[in-house]
Amino acid sequence: MTAASILDRSDFDQLLALLVDEGYQPIGPILEGGRIVYGPIDSSSDLPAGKTDLHDGGMYRLVDRQDDALFGYNLPSDSWKQYLFPPQTLLWSAVRSGGSFSVNPPTSEAPRYALFGVRACELAAIDIQDRVFDGAYPDPHYGSIRERVFIVGVNCVQAGGTCFCASMGTGPELTDGYDIVMTEFIDEDEHRFLIRSGTTAGGDVLARLPLAPADPTDCSHADALIAEAATGMGRTLDTGGIKELLYENAEHPRWDDVASRCLLCANCTMVCPTCFCATTEDRPTLDGATAERWRTWDSCFALEHSYIHGGPIRVSVRSRYRQWLTHKLATWIDQFDTSGCVGCGRCITWCPVGIDITEEVKAIRTEEAAHAHR
Amino acid sequence: MTKPKLAVWKFASCDGCQLSLLDAEDELLAVAGAIEIANFPEASREVLPGPYQLSLVEGSITTPHDAERIQAVRAESEFLVTIGACATAGGIQALRNWADVAEFTRSVYATPAFIDTLDTSTAIADHVTVDFELRGCPISKEQLLEVVNAFIYGRRPAIPEYSVCVECKRRGTTCVMVADGTPCLGPVTQAGCGAICPAYNRGCYGCFGPAESVNLEALLNEWRRLEVDEATMVRALRTYNAYAPEFRDASEKLEASL
Repeated sequence: MTAASILDRSDFDQLLALLVDEGYQPIGPILEGGRIVYGPIDSSSDLPAGKTDLHDGGMYRLVDRQDDALFGYNLPSDSWKQYLFPPQTLLWSAVRSGGSFSVNPPTSEAPRYALFGVRACELAAIDIQDRVFDGAYPDPHYGSIRERVFIVGVNCVQAGGTCFCASMGTGPELTDGYDIVMTEFIDEDEHRFLIRSGTTAGGDVLARLPLAPADPTDCSHADALIAEAATGMGRTLDTGGIKELLYENAEHPRWDDVASRCLLCANCTMVCPTCFCATTEDRPTLDGATAERWRTWDSCFALEHSYIHGGPIRVSVRSRYRQWLTHKLATWIDQFDTSGCVGCGRCITWCPVGIDITEEVKAIRTEEAAHAHR
Repeated sequence: MTKPKLAVWKFASCDGCQLSLLDAEDELLAVAGAIEIANFPEASREVLPGPYQLSLVEGSITTPHDAERIQAVRAESEFLVTIGACATAGGIQALRNWADVAEFTRSVYATPAFIDTLDTSTAIADHVTVDFELRGCPISKEQLLEVVNAFIYGRRPAIPEYSVCVECKRRGTTCVMVADGTPCLGPVTQAGCGAICPAYNRGCYGCFGPAESVNLEALLNEWRRLEVDEATMVRALRTYNAYAPEFRDASEKLEASL
């Protein structure tokens, strides 16, 4: 780990300016219609200073903070997936010529994003999508965006009502995978960031900033704040033996219970930072001269998603919810050697009826334990 | 090679859906290049005789005359596509299905004896076999072009049947129900409009009718938590797709409890 330094709030915009100079397009948290979402930022005045967010099952509210913290919120409603794995991607286009046709890759150059305010759970999610898209069959579309990304992480010094990264071992502190990482401090009349680099590129940027050396008390102060966040998680998930638990309970009555509440709206999969399902569509022009193949986000909650010859294989609500949860927490481990859940809690907050993944697992575990006891 | 012939038919409707075809300004020449617009009175007085390879049917069946006419349309159509909420669910005029039509005619028309109408407004599929139903009040121009395009190439139209929520999330719109407590029909409504209303902080009105699988009971329970009363729920479900089976059954169940 590189040595930590102190960046004063008044110099924060220099960091942004440096990254813009380097050719990056900064994306970060912004206020939009009373919510915090990710969007392009030009200066620190675009950040949601003095705002924080309350989260519970199916409930989100933005409220004022007592201070002007730039990163004093928990999590935006959308995730970095919107940028790294966009909702719509042109895969290729084809042009007819004579009796044949040629296929051409997209001509537009991949953007160079600097992601500002990446949380530990979100970096873990990016790492999971890296495994998904850079496995045995690397995806060039994801790769071309991902390899150019500059990551400015921000450690969490508070936890939201639906957070459970501590249970999933993904946060609240960023441990690696970032170019720069910061912890925001606000005491009395000082507003500062403890900052360090994680890569050479990050180090080169820090070398050009007016930084002060951090003293050991700054580092221990940051550690204490992060530790406090770890104990303040609104949710917990017991992951012990979770794969076996879910494999053994494919017929558990709890799946019928959750099916009575689930809307099949697919919101959980859309907001999940690791869900990667997509469908492809061919769009020929009416004259048949050209065609395009597009990839768009899809969801295992959609009937069409399980359509194979003869019809869809997951028709009931129960089978679709079970597929999602079991993949996320169990089969994902076999498939990608990691859980598919990072504990960000978005699926809980943004479920319109507040279905809670931690509660569903708890119910299955508790009832199974009671059954085993009899 | 002769081009397939297209016919556009009107039943009880406002014409908005068929005008979507004329509204396809940039693509209209390409459409005319790929298909012969043979019978489209809104566009041209020249009507070529059938049979038609592709028929777009707008509107619902509300008169004995139309109930016969749709049979004739079906007979001279190879591939019949209904366009819009009227043709696929009976439209806003299906509100008559819960009312006394004789009373309506008495209060609206000076000489009700001249009015020959049915007690109900029903979907085209209640009368003839329909090959594809395109949803919406009005339909989406892009989806209509996709259906025409798919027909020309003999492929299945890429018309998703999942919820409006998917479109909200794709365009980056934050959920109005979760963030504002605004009642929204999006989770049970089929995508296709591009999630316009939530993007303007309004709940979805259900213009595209029920999504492929819906759980209205669970959604309405959440509306109750948001302090929406039963009468308001009935009204919300009884708009353009009031008589779509899932919306109809839910509103009738609610009404029975009032």
